[in-house]
Amino acid sequence: MTASVVRALADAARDAAHLPGPRAACRACGRDEAVLADRADGAVVRHGEAVAKAHAPGTDPNGHRARIAVAAHPRLAGILLPPLPLRVRDVCGRPVTAWPYGVPVDAADPDAAPWEDAAVLLARLHRVEPAALPGPIPPMRGPAKAARALARMRAAAADHPAAATVERAWERLPAWARDEAESPRRSALCHGDLHLGQLVRHPAPAGPWLLIDVDDLGLGDPAWDLARPAAWYAAGLLPPEIWQRFLGAYSAADGPAVRAGADPWPQLDVPARALTVQTAALALAKSAAEHRDPDDVEQAVIDACARIACLPPELEFEPPS
Amino acid sequence: MQCPKCHAAMHTYNRNGVQIEQCSGCRGIFLDYGELESLTRLESQWTQAPPPPSAPQAYPSAPAPAWGAPQHHGGHHGGHHRQKSFGRMLFSS
Repeated sequence: MTASVVRALADAARDAAHLPGPRAACRACGRDEAVLADRADGAVVRHGEAVAKAHAPGTDPNGHRARIAVAAHPRLAGILLPPLPLRVRDVCGRPVTAWPYGVPVDAADPDAAPWEDAAVLLARLHRVEPAALPGPIPPMRGPAKAARALARMRAAAADHPAAATVERAWERLPAWARDEAESPRRSALCHGDLHLGQLVRHPAPAGPWLLIDVDDLGLGDPAWDLARPAAWYAAGLLPPEIWQRFLGAYSAADGPAVRAGADPWPQLDVPARALTVQTAALALAKSAAEHRDPDDVEQAVIDACARIACLPPELEFEPPS
Repeated sequence: MQCPKCHAAMHTYNRNGVQIEQCSGCRGIFLDYGELESLTRLESQWTQAPPPPSAPQAYPSAPAPAWGAPQHHGGHHGGHHRQKSFGRMLFSS
């Protein structure tokens, strides 16, 4: 992130933090800005009670506006963190938003992660009636992210022997999961990129957990939001008891992505395979960029791709286009 | 075999030991005599499976996909490095 983006974000975060009006002196003033995230697809700077986020360059402005409006809608209260008002609209051509500061999941203690809270929030999100929200709500971007991960792998690690395995697993996915056709299921409001970094407690430090980051939110197959934990479980990385806790809490909260009491894999299979391929593709791209071999955990996901690549042919559930 | 509806070729697939013909054109499905009953029986076996024991320590083996890892090691095992690497994966897009 360039210094000018940091400075502009720090100004935006300070504005947002001070907007509630005159109050006790802001303890963040006079200190260095805290950069919470610095990635090409999102930079986040904190000032006291607020953070400002510069979204990815090239963000679709209409989709972005609709997603922010959904996060701000009262129907999403208690599910998504709502945005703060902000005077600035963009920084160096990137859309900027402001949000209340919330406490993230402790990355040093993933065993204490709020799996049940995440599942219940997703179930509630998926049950929101999209027709009651401002629109038009764009499609959920999960398949687009998977396709982008494959593009990254092709650019960074096309020659790695495992890249061919990942490609074979990718080819076996239906067109909609590769972002090459419309999703057959576009009924539910989905987060689109669930992982443990997408939860914060607000108000800090002990408020309820809320979902953050609406950049990939939209209409789609709600099973996609369960697919990353499902992929970790299927790869042998996520312990079965944690997976059961997550899925059980989702079902108990009437989450519509799977049928309560039934085998969830008919619904999870395609999205979980897509997330497995996406994770393996990014692992190959990252390990190539760092001039190292994939580690054990990355290898477990690549191994899952190898098993997907040699599955026998199955019934196709989509009509040919 | 040809599809009786659109006359495209039918391909044979195996689902839980039941042979199923699916049309390569309209994706219609043809079941032989007794196959629907076999599928219904398999389905009722699934729904009649005993509920998981209530004791919290006894997690039944969760259903997993055909391509799942043969054994679940879990993120807790395999040493500090493996835990750290999986920890990073838990938090990244």
